[in-house]
Amino acid sequence: MTDTADTRPLTGAIPSDGSALGLAGYHRSGGYEGAAKALREMTPDGIRDEVTKAGLRGRGGAGFSTGRKWGFLPRQDGGQRYLVVNGDEMEPGTFKDRVLLEGNPHQLIEGMVISAFAIQASQAIIFLRGEYTLAAQRLAVALAEATDAGFVGGNLLGTGYDLEIQLHSSAGRYICGEETALLTSLEGKRAIPRAKPPFPQTSGLWGCPTVVNNVETLCNVPHIVRNGSAWYRSLSCGEDGGTKIYGVSGRVKRPGAWELPMGTTVREILEEHAGGMQDGYRLRGLLPGGASTEFLTADQLDVAMDFGSVEKAGSRLGTGTMIILDDRTCPVGMLLNLEHFFAQESCGWCTPCRDGLPWIERMLEAIENGEGRPEDLDLLAMHVDLLGPGKTFCALAPGAMEPLGSGLKHFRADFERHIAEGRCPWRQ
Amino acid sequence: MALTTQQIAEINRFAGHYRQKSGAAVEALKLVQRSNRWISNVDLAAVAALLNMSPDSLEGVATFHNLIFRRPVGRHVILVCDSVSCWIMGCTNVGGHLRRRLGVDWGGTTPDDRFTLLPIVCLGACDHAPTLMIDADLHADVTASGLDRILEDYP
Ligand SMILES: Cc1cc2nc3c(=O)[nH]c(=O)nc-3n(C[C@H](O)[C@H](O)[C@H](O)COP(=O)(O)O)c2cc1C
Ligand code: SF4
Ligand code: FES
Repeated sequence: MTDTADTRPLTGAIPSDGSALGLAGYHRSGGYEGAAKALREMTPDGIRDEVTKAGLRGRGGAGFSTGRKWGFLPRQDGGQRYLVVNGDEMEPGTFKDRVLLEGNPHQLIEGMVISAFAIQASQAIIFLRGEYTLAAQRLAVALAEATDAGFVGGNLLGTGYDLEIQLHSSAGRYICGEETALLTSLEGKRAIPRAKPPFPQTSGLWGCPTVVNNVETLCNVPHIVRNGSAWYRSLSCGEDGGTKIYGVSGRVKRPGAWELPMGTTVREILEEHAGGMQDGYRLRGLLPGGASTEFLTADQLDVAMDFGSVEKAGSRLGTGTMIILDDRTCPVGMLLNLEHFFAQESCGWCTPCRDGLPWIERMLEAIENGEGRPEDLDLLAMHVDLLGPGKTFCALAPGAMEPLGSGLKHFRADFERHIAEGRCPWRQ
Repeated sequence: MALTTQQIAEINRFAGHYRQKSGAAVEALKLVQRSNRWISNVDLAAVAALLNMSPDSLEGVATFHNLIFRRPVGRHVILVCDSVSCWIMGCTNVGGHLRRRLGVDWGGTTPDDRFTLLPIVCLGACDHAPTLMIDADLHADVTASGLDRILEDYP
């Protein structure tokens, strides 16, 4: 095994020239060895146990144990069941699945083959956001190659196991990434979330048992199966197993995405990999895992970026892609931008979200334009509570409140200055 | 304009992948839109009939998705990312430049039918903000001056 395969199993084999790793290259990196081992030597339960022991947690944002999620499926009774890949990646600030989809599409396909076998699904669907046109092309090529090579289709590797994989390209709207809305969309309806329970594992696509997993989550599975759970755990420097694709965007010297040990600190990612802040800019805060996570502040750089540690620090790992707020960007303006996104993307099904988010956007707009009143801050805080966890039909609205609630706390003085001076101090 | 035989064949092929034909709704609309630019009422009804859906039910799907156009658009659609990382990195200037240069506001189409200008949410390329798409192509690290060059590739 080469050095990079040892420390960066998901991205180490991706060509540096921006092209996709083809089937031959993927084979050379050990590709499809995990699928062969899983289908020929392992039982579905055995695969699931290995994935559970590996400590793989969902990379779509919620961090649920992948092995345990698979375990919620009812016993196989011969009926149809589905594996669905969540490739919607529309959380603002998030660009990690794109790296995997464009750079190494076969890795996702192998992860799907093993995972579908583990849950005994004979059909798998990749739900891809419509804007990912390059990823769609490369996946289509890889799917054709994998089908020709006998890794997808009928009687895989001569084991008698059949798996059909289908690519579904969507047409916009953030809510499609919420797993139950995604399933509703796949049935040709407006992408409105569903009540849980029933969870997709018992009643998902077309009412059949269904597992929805994120792209990055599934890309980990071949490596766990090939090298074992102990090896996978040893990759990480925290309690959760494996590596994580971290990203940084904003006013840093080298924005980008890097596969690093799970639990790498914010400081190391920001300073060593992203090269620190651009000259003339100071760090004020950051959203550690996409738009719907709570702000961390400049004195929290030693927080380890794993699920437990970020939660202890008052936020969420989310997608692991950080958005940097610098001192020359107005925090109120940034929150206005974020809440505009959430208000626009609300599916409109439940009242607090449909009506509350536009209210919040208008209040923030007024404050940003110098028309805020002192009592607006309490009104905003009240909305953070009214749209919080458990008060709306899905997690979009509570997610929207995470940057707002934390932003009101950390940047209160900036809000007050807008109101007192009747203008945005960052505008000329 | 009625659907072509080839469009009908492709829609039927998509529909075959789903337990119910309606599962192919979004892909069928996108297919028609690729050649017709937008979805007219006639197209909508024709696609609905192929998928065993009522036109109203398909209309519900069509109007839900921002990348399905129910009104005519220009030969090229420009989608400018206005989400958070691009905002921090100056997408407001990019949008402003385009509006002045094309002489249209958001949602507008140039009189020569060449461009329609629309905002879009995060394009998943935030490390190269600001970003935009023209038709199926992503353009990253966009600057106002570089934009004029890019537009030339879309006659
Ligand atoms: C509004 C909203 C949008 C979401 N968007 C995505 C997405 O684009 N990709 C994703 O993998 N998960 C997304 N999720 C999380 C999914 O609902 C689901 O938890 C995830 O796909 C499960 O996969 P995992 O266990 O492998 O992480 C979203 C959730 C919400 C509430
Ligand atoms: S919280 Fe918002 S996005 Fe979720 S169901 Fe309610 S209206 Fe729709
Ligand atoms: S915010 Fe513009 S590409 Fe992500």
